[in-house]
Amino acid sequence: MPEPIRMRVKLDGDVADVRVLIGHPMETGLRKDPHSDEPVPIHFIKTVTAKLNGSPVMQAQWSRAVSRNPYLQFRIKGAKAGDEVSISWIDNRGETNSAAARIPPG
Amino acid sequence: MNHLRRRLLRAGLATSALAVSLAAGLLRPLRALAGEWPKAAFDATDVSDAMRDIGIVEPVPTGDILIKAPEIAENGAQVPIEILSRIPDTRVIYVFVDKNLQPMAASFELMNGAEPFVSTRIKMGETSALRVVVQAGGKHFMAAREVKVTIGGCGT
Repeated sequence: MPEPIRMRVKLDGDVADVRVLIGHPMETGLRKDPHSDEPVPIHFIKTVTAKLNGSPVMQAQWSRAVSRNPYLQFRIKGAKAGDEVSISWIDNRGETNSAAARIPPG
Repeated sequence: MNHLRRRLLRAGLATSALAVSLAAGLLRPLRALAGEWPKAAFDATDVSDAMRDIGIVEPVPTGDILIKAPEIAENGAQVPIEILSRIPDTRVIYVFVDKNLQPMAASFELMNGAEPFVSTRIKMGETSALRVVVQAGGKHFMAAREVKVTIGGCGT
């Protein structure tokens, strides 16, 4: 079960400011488990897609160099209160998660 | 004689390398990423190889890409970066860390009203140039800044 996605959307005029925190280990594959001394397998988010009312507004392609529990902020022009912003990701193991939020009045 | 031959050979190699990269550039025009994870670029261990693999050819230096990042990052595992492009028709923002094992860190393709802005946190193995390339109006533009890293963050 992937960890949750936390999203906060703030409307400023017709621009939605979206801040997202994604729970994910983003393992580089270079780290050793401090207890077992075994290498921790690589495990990272490859693609993140953001949509406004179902239409894609951003597609991010990531490497393992994005930090653990990724933070992502972006802005969408032409948004209004009540619109739906959604986020989804897929990682190198094929695991996915998504979340959606309605834009509150500015 | 031998020396001249070597020089000619070297010149020939350089020319064919250029031809290859030109061909690669032509075969891969400024195509949208559209769902495809650019494996070759992410796997590249040299920043110029990574750029070439993704189709970035001769990016133009610009002051219109604003990069906000700490001058000194105490923790290389969490380096906050903020990128704002003032270049009209900004379509894709690419982030590279020259000295990471694999320099290409991320790309952000923008569409349908997304503003030319993104903020995230990345890992940096050591002090390095942080390079941002923007694809806009069919061209590539580049800006860079140095981030000093106190404790590297690639083994984390």
